[in-house]
Amino acid sequence: MTITETFLNGNENAFKPKSLTPMQKLSLRFVIIGLVYYAFAAIEGMIMRIYQVEQVGVISEEQYFGILTAHPLVGIFGSTYMIVFGAFLFLVPFLMGKPLWSYKMALYTFWLATVGTFVFWFDGFISHYAPLYTLYWPLPADFDQFHPLSGAIFIVGIAMVMVGTGLFVINIFKTITYTPEGWDPQPAGKLLASALGLTAWTRVFKRRKKTEEKEEHAVSLPVAAIARGSVDMALNVIIITGTGVLILVYMVWELFGSSLETTAVDSLLYKNWFWWGLDLVADGLVLIFVAGTWYLLASLITGKEVPMANLARLALGVELVVSWTVWSHHLLSDQSQPAMLKVASGEMVTAFELLTQGLAFFITLACLWSARPLKMTNELKFLLGGLLGFALAVPAGILQADVGLNRVLHNTQWIVGPHVHVAILIGLSMTLYSAIYLLLPILTNGAKLYSQKLATFHFWAHLIGGIGMGAFMGMAGLQGMLRRTIDVEGTFSEYMILAALSGALLIAALVAFLVNIVMTVGLKGALGIFQRSELDVKELLPAAE
Amino acid sequence: MVGSASLLAVETNTVLWGQTLIYTAYVLVITLLIGWFAIGVTKGSEARPVPSWVFYSFVGFLAVVGVSLHIVTYNTIPWSETELHRGRFEPTQTFVITVEDHEFALPSEPMNITCGETVMFSVTSNDLTYGFGLFRPDHSMIMQMQVNPGSANDIIWEFEEEGDLTIKSTEYSGPAGTNMTIPDVVHVTCDGSVS
Repeated sequence: MTITETFLNGNENAFKPKSLTPMQKLSLRFVIIGLVYYAFAAIEGMIMRIYQVEQVGVISEEQYFGILTAHPLVGIFGSTYMIVFGAFLFLVPFLMGKPLWSYKMALYTFWLATVGTFVFWFDGFISHYAPLYTLYWPLPADFDQFHPLSGAIFIVGIAMVMVGTGLFVINIFKTITYTPEGWDPQPAGKLLASALGLTAWTRVFKRRKKTEEKEEHAVSLPVAAIARGSVDMALNVIIITGTGVLILVYMVWELFGSSLETTAVDSLLYKNWFWWGLDLVADGLVLIFVAGTWYLLASLITGKEVPMANLARLALGVELVVSWTVWSHHLLSDQSQPAMLKVASGEMVTAFELLTQGLAFFITLACLWSARPLKMTNELKFLLGGLLGFALAVPAGILQADVGLNRVLHNTQWIVGPHVHVAILIGLSMTLYSAIYLLLPILTNGAKLYSQKLATFHFWAHLIGGIGMGAFMGMAGLQGMLRRTIDVEGTFSEYMILAALSGALLIAALVAFLVNIVMTVGLKGALGIFQRSELDVKELLPAAE
Repeated sequence: MVGSASLLAVETNTVLWGQTLIYTAYVLVITLLIGWFAIGVTKGSEARPVPSWVFYSFVGFLAVVGVSLHIVTYNTIPWSETELHRGRFEPTQTFVITVEDHEFALPSEPMNITCGETVMFSVTSNDLTYGFGLFRPDHSMIMQMQVNPGSANDIIWEFEEEGDLTIKSTEYSGPAGTNMTIPDVVHVTCDGSVS
């Protein structure tokens, strides 16, 4: 095949979009839009890296902070959430062997998250609404700096994503517990108890006679992880939406010509409330979903059951409780925050993440080791990259969640480099790439990857670029460079140049990956994914011929 | 109440140097470990489960590291104690600072401090959430805190090194707050004379 033919029809003409079921197409659409928004976030990140080296005239400071506000939100909601939605809406029915509860609801999730992300991104781009994702009160309602209409549109975009997320959570739990048409009644309570970890904890506390047989778990370990991560997702939806409504009230009043008093809201109480909800993403659902994905990937790569599975279930349960009680590590430099909260929640409970994430790390490696020799496939090497990413980023987080160290690390580039970006770019993204490489043949009914060389380049460029960028940002942070500022005087320019070069490597990795995927499915194949499937929505995979 | 004599003469650069050393060593070890694993997992002919002692040693190690980190820092980083037991420390001088419309209003310029003094900075915001940080002439940070409107934001600090320090807002307060810096405004002298 010529390059043009491959570009049009895909590698070896192996991808036939007409053979896809509606669920396969929907999952692929989620992944495609998630990758498009990842490209948005990556380009925005690169713009900011360049701006830290040279304040180019085409971008104003207001525009920079607009980008800084949109960048993490597009990365998390537009990219990570979309890929997670697509993967889990397919995997939960796949692992449970029954159709998704509501295909239509999954479609609503797709459109709400896609359009909502575009709305807040575009609004931020045009109007420069820039209170950052932290929304520290009363900045989002500071109408001397931001127009209330631009803020209102921004909040509506976020709210759309939140509604879509809420529908995803409902769909996941209904799929776990419902009885499909024509099936024997399913034990909804037992399924829910297993998914939420109650069965695993009951086993710990319930005495079992030696002759008594072990009760089987009603749902598999990855489904349990998805369900528990979804609990944090639901709580996060409530907090973010509630905060959005509060801010929206101020904006609407302002638009109608009267200003509400911002002192009516206590800024420290608000900070606690908002960080409690926001941290359910970073220290909750991300860690739980990632652990579940590691177990699933290790199990699929090795073809073996995950060892110490009951322990893994218990650790997921502990992680869920930990995620509800760690928020105070974000307020270690807030002097009116009670010392008890700083020590108990900020330091001690946060240190538990070392244990819970460490257990997931160990169990995944033990599963892989028990099946050696394994072939170093793309999914295996990206999984190892993901494990390394969290092994680097979690201890960095534990260090900064210390009363003494936080005094000189808080709000520096250290936080956002070795912790945040290494966790997201290496830990999370490489885990998701592993899942994409593994699921690609399943979701496409056997599409053949175009180039292994491009996949290898993708791996090394992403790994080195991500770790390099985090490291150089961290070095600047230790020298005193703050995050959320612009290095106008070029004090840290050596580090910023090296971080920008690392960022360029990340962009090169993304380009290699996208070229590889486009050449694998072909332009016609990619367009075919967005055409309606002729098959039944209840079918997950096409019936074997 | 105890005075400044109870505080150790460990400053922030020493702490960050120690942290950099420990974290860099850890990064090298964990990267080599994953590299070794990646090679090892593709070799071997007999699949064997991981021995239970390896698992329990790993869990024990994590538990010890997680708990001991904070105990060690509490006992070695002097401002940890001031932070968690603020009532025990009596400041020898207090600077009351106000922030409004993205500007710091200082009690005096310069603000003079003598080495060994235990100083309180009490910062009040009349509108937005800001930060308050002190930076050395080489741009490295000495300390910082958040400044929330409607809350008491004060920090007690003992100064052990001489220099003219810069005040910066360490929290984003909108694009209008990007230049909230007052250079070389805090003068710390160690010979007892005011510069």
